[in-house]
Amino acid sequence: MKSFNSYIGRPMERVEDLRMVRGRGTYVADVNRPNQLYAVILRSSVAHGIIRSIDSSEALALPGVRRVLTAKDLGSKVPVIPLRLQPLPQLEPFHQPVLADEKVRYVGEPVALVIADSAAIAEDALERIVLDIEPLPAVANRSQAEAKRAVLFEEHGSNVAITWSAFRGNADEAFKTADYVRRETFKVQRHAAMFMEPRGFVAEWDEAAGKLTVWGAAKTAWHNRRTLAAQLGLALEAVDLIEVDVGGGFGSRGEFYPEDYLIPAAARIVGRPVKWTEDRREHIMSANHARDVECDVEFAVSRDGRFIGLRGQIWADIGAYIRTNGSVGPRNVAQFMSGPYCIEHIDLKSSMLTTNKTPCGTYRGPGRYETDFIRERMIDLAAQDLKIDRVELRRRNLVADAQMPYPLASITPYDSSTELDSGDYHAVFDRCLKEFGWDERTRLRGQLIDGYYHGLAIGSFIEGGAAGPKEEARLVLETDGALSVYIGSSSVGQGLETIMAQIAADAMEMSYDKITIRHGSTSYVKDGYGAYHSRSTVMGGSAILLAADKLKDLIRKTAGARLGCKAEQVVIDGEQASFGGEHLAFAGLSGVPLEVEAEFFNKKYTWAYGTQAAHVAVDPGTGHVKVIDFISVEDVGRMINPLTLHGQAIGSIVQGLGGAFLEHLVYDDEGQLLTGSFADYLMPTASDFPNIRSITVELKPCPNNPLGAKGAGEGGLIPVGGVMANAVADALSHLNVQPMELPLSPPRLWQLVEQAETARSAD
Amino acid sequence: MKPPIFEYASPSTVAEAVALLASKDGNAKVISGGQSLMPMLAFRLATPELLVDLKHLKNLDAISIGEDGVRLGAKVRWCDIESDARLAVSHPLLAEAIKHVAHYQIRNRGTVGGSVAHADPSAEMPGIAMTCGARMTIVGSAGARIEAAADFFTGPLQTSLQPDEILTEVHLPPWPAARRWAFLEFARRKGDFAMAGIALHYDLDGAGRIVDAHVGAIGVADRPIRLAAVEAMLNGNRLDDRLIAAASAKARQSVDPPSDIHAPGAYRAALVATLLARGLKKSAV
Ligand SMILES: Cc1cc2nc3c(=O)[nH]c(=O)nc-3n(C[C@H](O)[C@H](O)[C@H](O)COP(=O)(O)OP(=O)(O)OC[C@H]3O[C@@H](n4cnc5c(N)ncnc54)[C@H](O)[C@@H]3O)c2cc1C
Repeated sequence: MKSFNSYIGRPMERVEDLRMVRGRGTYVADVNRPNQLYAVILRSSVAHGIIRSIDSSEALALPGVRRVLTAKDLGSKVPVIPLRLQPLPQLEPFHQPVLADEKVRYVGEPVALVIADSAAIAEDALERIVLDIEPLPAVANRSQAEAKRAVLFEEHGSNVAITWSAFRGNADEAFKTADYVRRETFKVQRHAAMFMEPRGFVAEWDEAAGKLTVWGAAKTAWHNRRTLAAQLGLALEAVDLIEVDVGGGFGSRGEFYPEDYLIPAAARIVGRPVKWTEDRREHIMSANHARDVECDVEFAVSRDGRFIGLRGQIWADIGAYIRTNGSVGPRNVAQFMSGPYCIEHIDLKSSMLTTNKTPCGTYRGPGRYETDFIRERMIDLAAQDLKIDRVELRRRNLVADAQMPYPLASITPYDSSTELDSGDYHAVFDRCLKEFGWDERTRLRGQLIDGYYHGLAIGSFIEGGAAGPKEEARLVLETDGALSVYIGSSSVGQGLETIMAQIAADAMEMSYDKITIRHGSTSYVKDGYGAYHSRSTVMGGSAILLAADKLKDLIRKTAGARLGCKAEQVVIDGEQASFGGEHLAFAGLSGVPLEVEAEFFNKKYTWAYGTQAAHVAVDPGTGHVKVIDFISVEDVGRMINPLTLHGQAIGSIVQGLGGAFLEHLVYDDEGQLLTGSFADYLMPTASDFPNIRSITVELKPCPNNPLGAKGAGEGGLIPVGGVMANAVADALSHLNVQPMELPLSPPRLWQLVEQAETARSAD
Repeated sequence: MKPPIFEYASPSTVAEAVALLASKDGNAKVISGGQSLMPMLAFRLATPELLVDLKHLKNLDAISIGEDGVRLGAKVRWCDIESDARLAVSHPLLAEAIKHVAHYQIRNRGTVGGSVAHADPSAEMPGIAMTCGARMTIVGSAGARIEAAADFFTGPLQTSLQPDEILTEVHLPPWPAARRWAFLEFARRKGDFAMAGIALHYDLDGAGRIVDAHVGAIGVADRPIRLAAVEAMLNGNRLDDRLIAAASAKARQSVDPPSDIHAPGAYRAALVATLLARGLKKSAV
């Protein structure tokens, strides 16, 4: 009898966990090479200025200091960081040099590298480097950027690096005739991914073999390898990037940063292994920031509550340079503002402003978190103005099943279009209302209970995933019958090894325990794309399915030859290949490992979607918001592992709540970062948001990949800012408090309450 | 975030410790729980040549409760206060306030002496010392002295402690069983330093009128403060909604907190007023 595997869909515990909870993980800080030296980085403490001189003589005089590198030591032209995504030629002037050369443009920008016998000695040496920077006026926010208080790139003549344009239909016409138009401004604060393990590298140059090995890669190892090899003038094969255990990424870790060049280059220059471990203060000022947007948008709706158009201008403060994926957030804010709703007419511009702040990049749900805040707030404001119930208003405008595939706005330059692939948006919406108990709770709206006003909100979202163009898998059936799966995906803590083993086990009809997932090195497969845009499961998993088909063919061929039959006649079942009552076990099937490779190509995004509802209570005296209940329902097409997915959803929502209430990278007007540690940059802790529920459903599989799965690591976070602001507005509806800016910090809410009370008493 | 190089000593008597401090001419620092000092070293905000660790000093870790009040040795940790059941009766205000200090790990190390010497304007222990009129025992090269909290706290992270002095004890005056009290603070997250907080206690005379009101606030000035105008307003009166409203308004007027990245001063002032009103209500039940 044929046995069927069903690992996919089972809540399997992560194979990674046991290793990690026993303290046996190997993070980059655990990697040590014989004879290694330590690097620390001198970072600019000035936001904007001209480097007049760098004198490292006193630093070099300190015992144990081996070398101080500045831009001058990097050859005639300092390497710059190329763009990985949307590599438009007109963005080249904004690329970041790996060490500041003539100018510094943000606090935290690397200026020199000290290499010493210990990190402590290197830090002592930092204090002895005399850095003479002539300060220039700084640009620290939109108004200063627009007023050209200074221009970061003088050749460019303006602080507007580029403007994206999202368009659909004919917005100008539609707005002319619309029954109702509301125009509002919104702001989402700068915050960032604060993964638990900061970045780090160990680099080793083998002079004899002409080979460079770098530990500490994550996310996009192959791309980074290409970049690094080109910068160092090495052949691709001469560079190996090794991915060890990673303590979180969230889109930020693993992108190519100055240190990705500096540490390997230093190892080559000093001829000894060099280690660098980022500390938290460095992380906060040097790893990608995110979100920082303002906008001025108009929303057109018909009298009977049909969404008609979105029009307006977005300003994304992207910091001092455009790094690898710096365009993604600003572009997404414009392209995805319509979310899961039918909005026929769209004309949104998104301008990227250069400022003297840390460069921005992607952070879980890039652009989407921001744009969902704007859209969901606009919908509630329209519902209030038009006196239409906000649940009903949303239901009326969600994209219907019959409208799929539904095209979103197109975007230019670096043109792209995408369409929502499948879904029953209304079913998920109704499920969320039901699970939440919306109807029973509505009586609490606006009620004052024990000093807290209660409020509810609901909001829907879409989550794009599965960025192309391809992913690669190599499957090796070892002679002992075990299966090694090599993939181009990477692990950033999302349980990759577990998920991929489940997929491979089902595809090969093998026991899960016989499978090892190998993703740690750029030498494992020819090419790889990595972990971003919620793509690993869909892209890597689909590549495994294709490779498994090929491997089964090879097994049949091999077995057929031994059993004296045609390959097609061989039946594979229970880790054996059989024909006519004779069975050959996978173990020992062949004297050499059987090996196949496959690539999965896909340019169509997957679109998971969902709805969230929240119940909050607001203390008007302190501005404190209690999240009493929060529920997220999402359709991911096909669930590989409910347990890991649930963890992703909850974690993602908590990050969203952090952005809604706590996290804020604050700069003063001179470009000084004021939140330089976790004492001032507030992250959610375990006790802050205990009541979060997440339900995942599988209503509509993705039509564009063999798994039917949709990318699903980011979704939970996407609408949280909007839902929370709407819930707070609902709680304080008696005062008509309307938050237009995140975070919803206690002082901000208190201020809104005070203003509303003053306005009311003036009436 | 690597501390600069420093020398380290762990003497076994207060006299030795004082001598070590004196020997460095202002360039030595006491380390107790290390929960405030270590971050300062890691950020290189403090760069002492010598750390004098109090860990081997005897007799500084007791909580003594007697007729004359509660005496806290400098090395008493937050977790010691938390687990001392006697304090629920002997000094409920202290016990309540200390519940708000930091997180589990930090509570296992942070000490009364360290907190009072560090003198963070938002910290609970200095707030209680100030509100209750604690007396500090201080030992230095010149011998021992006793100082009232009101004179001890001199500015932001500043006290009257001299570089060669060690704080050995904080003495809180006796606590009558019938005393009314409240402690309330508001922090962004559990365990964070308070954005503002109030501590208060008073007694009632035979006619139910307030006597000997003590009202203190943290997080609203450069040091913990007493709100004398509020105390004056409360003394001699019966607590009712009108008095509470008036006291709350008075509290708002009598503080002038600085603005910082976390909040405008006006927010903290309003917070003190809100917390005071809530605290007074709570004290009455
Ligand atoms: C994340 C975090 C959150 C915190 N939250 C709070 C909070 O909510 N509320 C709060 O009150 N505190 C908080 N703290 C601070 C904590 O309570 C500290 O433990 C306390 O402030 C200092 O005590 P310590 O024993 O660790 O002192 P140390 O760090 O050892 O010393 C602090 C200072 O006092 C001096 N010193 C120490 N002991 C003596 C002595 N006996 N005589 C003279 N000088 C001395 C030292 O030289 C140093 O300057 C927090 C700390 C952290 C890290």
